[in-house]
Amino acid sequence: MGIDIDVARCTGCKLCQIVCAIANFGENNPKKAGIRIVSRLFTEARYDIVVCDQCGECIDACPSDAISMASGVVTIDPELCTNCGVCIGACPNGALFTHAEVDHPIKCILCGECERLCPRGILGPLAASDQREVAD
Amino acid sequence: MYGYAGKILRVDLSAGKISHEPLTEELVDNYIGGRGFGAYYVYNEVPPGADPCGPDNRLVIASGPFAGVFLPSGAKTSISAKSPATGLYGDSNVGGHLAGELKYAGIDAIIVEGRTPVPSYLFIDDDRVEIRSATHLWGKGAIKTEEVLKEELGDEFQIATIGPAGENRVVFACINHDFGRQAGRCGMGAVMGSKNLKAIAVRGTQGVPVADMDGLKSVATVMFRELMQDPGLKIWQDLGLAQVTTWANSIAALPTRNFRENFYEDVNGLSGELMKETIVVGDKACFACPMATGKLCKASFRGKTVLVEGPEYETTALIGSNCALRSIEEVAFANYVCDELGLDTISAGNVVAFVMECFEKGIITKEDTGGIEAKFGSLDAFCDLAHLIARREGIGNILADGVAGASKAWGEESSRIAIHVKGLEWSGYESRGAPSMMLAYMTCDIGAHHNRAWSVTHDIAVGRDIIKGKAAKVVEFQHVRPLFDCFGVCRLQWVELGLPLEHYAKLYPVVTGMDDSWEDLLVKSERIWNLTRAFAVREREDFGRADDWPPARFYEEPVPDGPLAGFRITEDDLNTLLDEYYEARGWDENGRPKAETLIRLGLENVASELYKMGRIS
Repeated sequence: MGIDIDVARCTGCKLCQIVCAIANFGENNPKKAGIRIVSRLFTEARYDIVVCDQCGECIDACPSDAISMASGVVTIDPELCTNCGVCIGACPNGALFTHAEVDHPIKCILCGECERLCPRGILGPLAASDQREVAD
Repeated sequence: MYGYAGKILRVDLSAGKISHEPLTEELVDNYIGGRGFGAYYVYNEVPPGADPCGPDNRLVIASGPFAGVFLPSGAKTSISAKSPATGLYGDSNVGGHLAGELKYAGIDAIIVEGRTPVPSYLFIDDDRVEIRSATHLWGKGAIKTEEVLKEELGDEFQIATIGPAGENRVVFACINHDFGRQAGRCGMGAVMGSKNLKAIAVRGTQGVPVADMDGLKSVATVMFRELMQDPGLKIWQDLGLAQVTTWANSIAALPTRNFRENFYEDVNGLSGELMKETIVVGDKACFACPMATGKLCKASFRGKTVLVEGPEYETTALIGSNCALRSIEEVAFANYVCDELGLDTISAGNVVAFVMECFEKGIITKEDTGGIEAKFGSLDAFCDLAHLIARREGIGNILADGVAGASKAWGEESSRIAIHVKGLEWSGYESRGAPSMMLAYMTCDIGAHHNRAWSVTHDIAVGRDIIKGKAAKVVEFQHVRPLFDCFGVCRLQWVELGLPLEHYAKLYPVVTGMDDSWEDLLVKSERIWNLTRAFAVREREDFGRADDWPPARFYEEPVPDGPLAGFRITEDDLNTLLDEYYEARGWDENGRPKAETLIRLGLENVASELYKMGRIS
């Protein structure tokens, strides 16, 4: 269970992307975010929100055992990750992102920063705490 | 240098040469960014007398220090050049996501010069910059071109395009971006088209360094919180700028039938509420903006259904009431036609309304229009004329030079009702009953546009018949508002939701690391204002007071009906406004900056150049 999203109300402002990059990398750089807003304007008059739903399919795919789940959150251990990219291909949502300056894929870790400032309040609430305990 | 990428990208299309130049501290310190960079490069690099559609003109696409940074709506790109509409300095800004992307690609501004021998587009992927063939795009609509390039390159590329109007150098051709955002004014699309440049596509992966990240987070978070807790936010999210239409009508400022009237009896058919009920299918925002004033609409006409962003207020005013269309869906369809052809909706609405009034008055006939029944209220006529204009066919070839150009062809009677200043068509506030707003239009450096000083609310507050003392307010606005265009940030959050200017004053040092006070920044804005004026004075020996004069309609005809029926402004009033304005600016009685004024603003070289030419004393 990842971020609960009401995609139809996304306005494509991408504030979530820059908030994410600042929270996780301390940089004004939306290309280092674990979330992507993709325009479908020309055909469907809407945006897609691409973000990890913490399904965990990447865990088994990782040849270096660098990916694990705790409290319902899937994380990548940068120490173990070889940046081979297998998990990116395995992700059913296309929600693992790369950046030339970062030596591992970037993904949502449910830190909650984006939902705090989403102007439409459409990112959130985060997965309920009982579900996190179940995942433990 | 914090808040900046640190580089200027120069593209010489004639030589096929691409180079990067360091962004200098001197440029940043004197001109901030955005419009300031545009003014600097246009003044210093476009030779006097240059053809706006010739290779010597420069197209400057500039971001600013706030663009792409974590703060509300750092989304604005300024595009500057010598304008084909006015022959003077021109600029126009566009929201969306281009401004930040330029900085993520490592550049603060692009300077385009020369002309490519074949239709081309500029491809920028971080440090990889190429001039690529656009022969497969030439002739295509502006929106279609963006769609095709997004398919070819990917959604992460931010793209600016022109339509057929830009290719054919229509003097009010716009530059399109992010599906439905435009740098609409001053014919920047024609300058781009004259360079055979169909599009610019840019993607970057680099961060924007700031001087004090903790300070930025603290100021920006307060700004976002204040915006999101503002009870007024919801109506902006719901209706966007379309909510302005009925208000402008209620205060008798809504351009109606070529500005003959300022009150539209059928305004309910154009209201934001009706728009939301009948045609809006989604909301759309620029970068990091909680207001999301962009409204995605579906509109049908002549058996065709289209998706369009808009109409916002200006489009509704100039195409809606000014051409006397009766439904917001008709306006939305006309908006789509303009966007795809690459026509500025403000000028296009003016031009078509001008044709309609000339047709009504018998100044022109069906023989001139090529058979088009150009009557007020006809969307058919609007669409047919727009296509002719974009292709410069038939009557369209005359209208492609704007109302100023067309009125030269059609004679004195038409000049009285050609609604422009300096060659730029008037935007959405009829101002006979708003003297400071009238002065704002008369003195705006790019021509009759409201963005530099939107002071109609000041007229309402202090008295609509008051003349004296209003010039100072216009000057004040003309320094504050353009600062936003220098920063690369939208001003709606301040203007409409009252976000205090103090926040922006606090942002500047945490982003840039420079210790300028707000007053220091206002002086820079005044410097830029005088530089664009100096461009005009250098450009034309006869430039002066007459160029700051409104069309005769506004002082010859009292308001015919509506809440302000009978209200009038006289030539004496207009002269009083201008006298006070020139005095407040330190300009002479002919509207030319005095040498001492230029020197006070650090423009010694400019003062010396104009003095030697005998243009100032």
